[in-house]
Amino acid sequence: MTPFDPVSAAIGGALIGLAVTLLMLLNGRLAGISGVMGDLLEPGTMYKGWRVAFLIGLIAAPLLAKAMGYAYSAPSMPESWAVVIAAGLLVGVGTRLSSGCTSGHGVCGIARLSTRSIVATIVFMIVAAIVVWITRHGMGG
Amino acid sequence: MAAIFSALICGLVFGFGLLISGMTDPNKIFGFLDVLGRWDPTLGIVMAAALLFAAPGLLLARRIGRPVVGDQMRWPTKKLIDAPLIVGAAIFGAGWGLSGLCPGPAIENLASLSPKVFVFVGAMAAGMIAHDAWRLGATYWQVHRPEPVG
Repeated sequence: MTPFDPVSAAIGGALIGLAVTLLMLLNGRLAGISGVMGDLLEPGTMYKGWRVAFLIGLIAAPLLAKAMGYAYSAPSMPESWAVVIAAGLLVGVGTRLSSGCTSGHGVCGIARLSTRSIVATIVFMIVAAIVVWITRHGMGG
Repeated sequence: MAAIFSALICGLVFGFGLLISGMTDPNKIFGFLDVLGRWDPTLGIVMAAALLFAAPGLLLARRIGRPVVGDQMRWPTKKLIDAPLIVGAAIFGAGWGLSGLCPGPAIENLASLSPKVFVFVGAMAAGMIAHDAWRLGATYWQVHRPEPVG
């Protein structure tokens, strides 16, 4: 893991806030990633083009950065395949059921002072912290 | 076409933001969530900085009211704190805590061609489709409730 770098964190966060603002100003859409992807998978959704384009931009970012000399490598995922599959399923079901994820609720929603999003963010943060506590310190760790 | 291009640029900027801030690295997420370990405040700083820009940005957007290339601005309409919101957030939190990946970084990390990322995103897509199918079915049976027997 790279050492703690508050400047990079702030610059990156600012870019995320900028992207959220731009997508609403330009396309009139909220940049909640689970919504962008989930609605893309739903057969009845119209206007799928911008969703595909947004996700392509997301995937292209590290490739472009790498071409410009930025260090990017595959994320470390030491978990077993079963845990990876279970976690993916949980993230998919949970974000659809609660209509948002870290970007939709945690950034866009809190920025709009939405009570729903503030509640959702508190809940997923606490549950995630408990899961990390159990897996890192709870099971004989 | 303009809408496609602007969405592509927004995705790129969002992706650069996640990358530069270290949010594509699950260990950064674990570092923040592991409040009893060696705590890493990065995720908190990223969210605060994002909010610092998104809050006035979205307020400005609401004032303007009309998007540049889209037909209208679509804002969430739900207001109620209901069971799906809480239960869904808890389920998502469990998956996030297990993997250190939420949808944005997961999709972005497909760029690494890591098989585990592909499996994660595939499972995530399956979860989304399963949820939507379940909800569609639940709505159907609410409308077409079977006649009570006897």
